[in-house]
Amino acid sequence: MNSFLQAIRIGFFLAYRSIKRASFWSTGLIVAVMILTFLNIVVVSGVLVGLIEGSIAAQKGRYLGDFFVETLTEKTYVENSQYLIGILEALPEVDKISPRYIGSATVESNYQFKVDPTDTAEEAGTVLVGVNPAQELAITDLDQYLVEGSFIKEDDFDQVVVGALLLKGYFDLDAEGFPVIDAGLGDTILVRADNIEREVIIKGIVKTKVDQNDRRIFFPEKQLRQMIGRNDFNVGEIAVKLTEGTDPDEFKEKLQALGFERYAKIKTAEEAFPKFLEDIKDTFALLGNMISSIGLVVASITIFIVIFINALTRKKFIGILKGIGIDRRAIEFSYMFQSFFYAVIGSAIGLVILYGFLVPFVDANPIDFPFSDGILVAPALSTSIRLVILIVITLIAGYVPARMIVRKNTLDSILGR
Amino acid sequence: MDSIIVKNLVRTYVSKSGIETPVLKGIDLNIKKGEFVAIMGRSGAGKSTLMYQISLLDQPTSGEVTVLGTDILNLTSQERTQFRLQKLGYVFQDYALLPDLTALENVALPIMMNGKTTEDAYLQAEKALVSVELGHRVGNLPSQLSGGEQQRVSIARAIAHSPDILFADEPTANLDKTSSNVVMDAFQKLRTKGQTIVMVTHEYDYGRRADRIIEVDDGKISL
Repeated sequence: MNSFLQAIRIGFFLAYRSIKRASFWSTGLIVAVMILTFLNIVVVSGVLVGLIEGSIAAQKGRYLGDFFVETLTEKTYVENSQYLIGILEALPEVDKISPRYIGSATVESNYQFKVDPTDTAEEAGTVLVGVNPAQELAITDLDQYLVEGSFIKEDDFDQVVVGALLLKGYFDLDAEGFPVIDAGLGDTILVRADNIEREVIIKGIVKTKVDQNDRRIFFPEKQLRQMIGRNDFNVGEIAVKLTEGTDPDEFKEKLQALGFERYAKIKTAEEAFPKFLEDIKDTFALLGNMISSIGLVVASITIFIVIFINALTRKKFIGILKGIGIDRRAIEFSYMFQSFFYAVIGSAIGLVILYGFLVPFVDANPIDFPFSDGILVAPALSTSIRLVILIVITLIAGYVPARMIVRKNTLDSILGR
Repeated sequence: MDSIIVKNLVRTYVSKSGIETPVLKGIDLNIKKGEFVAIMGRSGAGKSTLMYQISLLDQPTSGEVTVLGTDILNLTSQERTQFRLQKLGYVFQDYALLPDLTALENVALPIMMNGKTTEDAYLQAEKALVSVELGHRVGNLPSQLSGGEQQRVSIARAIAHSPDILFADEPTANLDKTSSNVVMDAFQKLRTKGQTIVMVTHEYDYGRRADRIIEVDDGKISL
């Protein structure tokens, strides 16, 4: 066996016994630091990215579906909608669709109590959406996000579901850009679309944390179509849920080949996400990495101090080991093995906590941020990279102080000078 | 045949502020193979410093030191470590056992470093412990042993790999009379087997049990 391998062997021999006979509490403390460090470098960035991922998932699951068809820029509806809907329903890649009629409107509350017609109205601009409740709920589960009341039914009339961001009770922000009305469940509000006014009752209030939904008013499609005069059955948008395993990009190419783009914009969900979400996600990822880096530095300093104090208090024994002829590399390896042990055990327990508890828990109980339901994003590859970085840094942090002490004069170490 | 030849050995310590303190001032010395030598002298005379130079634990300022035919001043740090491991054995004043290792593991460690398998090293270490009458204490940690027992473990470690020279620095300084006698008996037993032993001591009772006493006074050999 060459001297290098011999040094590794002796290093392991020394490290194993040192750990085995170390105080349970001091070992536990170091491992606890490593667990917290591991969780810090994975969870902090995971939550930051998860905050935006949650928002993106909400956009997809509660508004866009897997694929989205919307009006051309210069149009207010999708021409030949029924033709396009017919094709979509016939395509094997399509699981479900929800065509939505769209109209712009203003909504007013407490209009009944105005003393003078010139009094300032409590009104807000909004988008009216006419949906087939069964088709809509099959894609977006909006009924799961009702904070009050119930979802509209196909035959309901003059009953609507209102987005929470239109209501003062849920979005009390006194700003010009975000007008709200003072109404609640069961109240009657006045909807004004073009020249038509209708008094409708709030049947439900929905809060999906997707702005497009939460500033809308949902009508049964039949009534809205009549209100806004969409007798041509041309819809404003279509949310599409694709069958399992369908590639949205390939599906888009297929629709392009079928000439969809003459009548509508067609987008995969990823293309339809607001661009700023991706930008924020990248920024948060960067921020998470910076915080993780600080965590790594703290961990490396901690391990450095632990190993340095350990080596310093054992300076005499290190001197004796050198004195009796033990290769200095064996002594350095012994400290590196100890550091490796702390890093691996800490990370292993951290992994169990992460994937055995934290990720499933946060998935089941998303973090309630004002604008998204935050999830914990911890992909295996990213976690593995962080794990390897942590172990490498820990090894270095163990090696450097050991080397500093081992390099001291043998006799000085033995004599405690 | 001489195991150790020292010519005009000088060791001067220089403080960080540049103050020079000459400790050994030109020592000439020969130690024969199989000889049991006691280096004696009053405190601060330089006896331990002399042992550190000839046992390769320290580097002389000038002079010539030949140990087992090797000019040790020309060895690299790595070669000195290897030389100590293979040719020399050490017994320190305060036993110098590793607290995390049992008596058996402490003794086996240098044997393993010499390339023996763990099993062979343990066997050899156990024999060495038995030879110092500690066969029943192999599994004990140093903290579970008395001072005399720890020093005997230290002797077992020093002799387990059959070194050519055994160096002992004040091996009885921390022991009571009974334990000291046990340690000295162990040395004399080794001496009868032909082991070269260089022992530093300030106690005449133990020094005179050696074949020869080398008296160091003010950095020079006085006798």
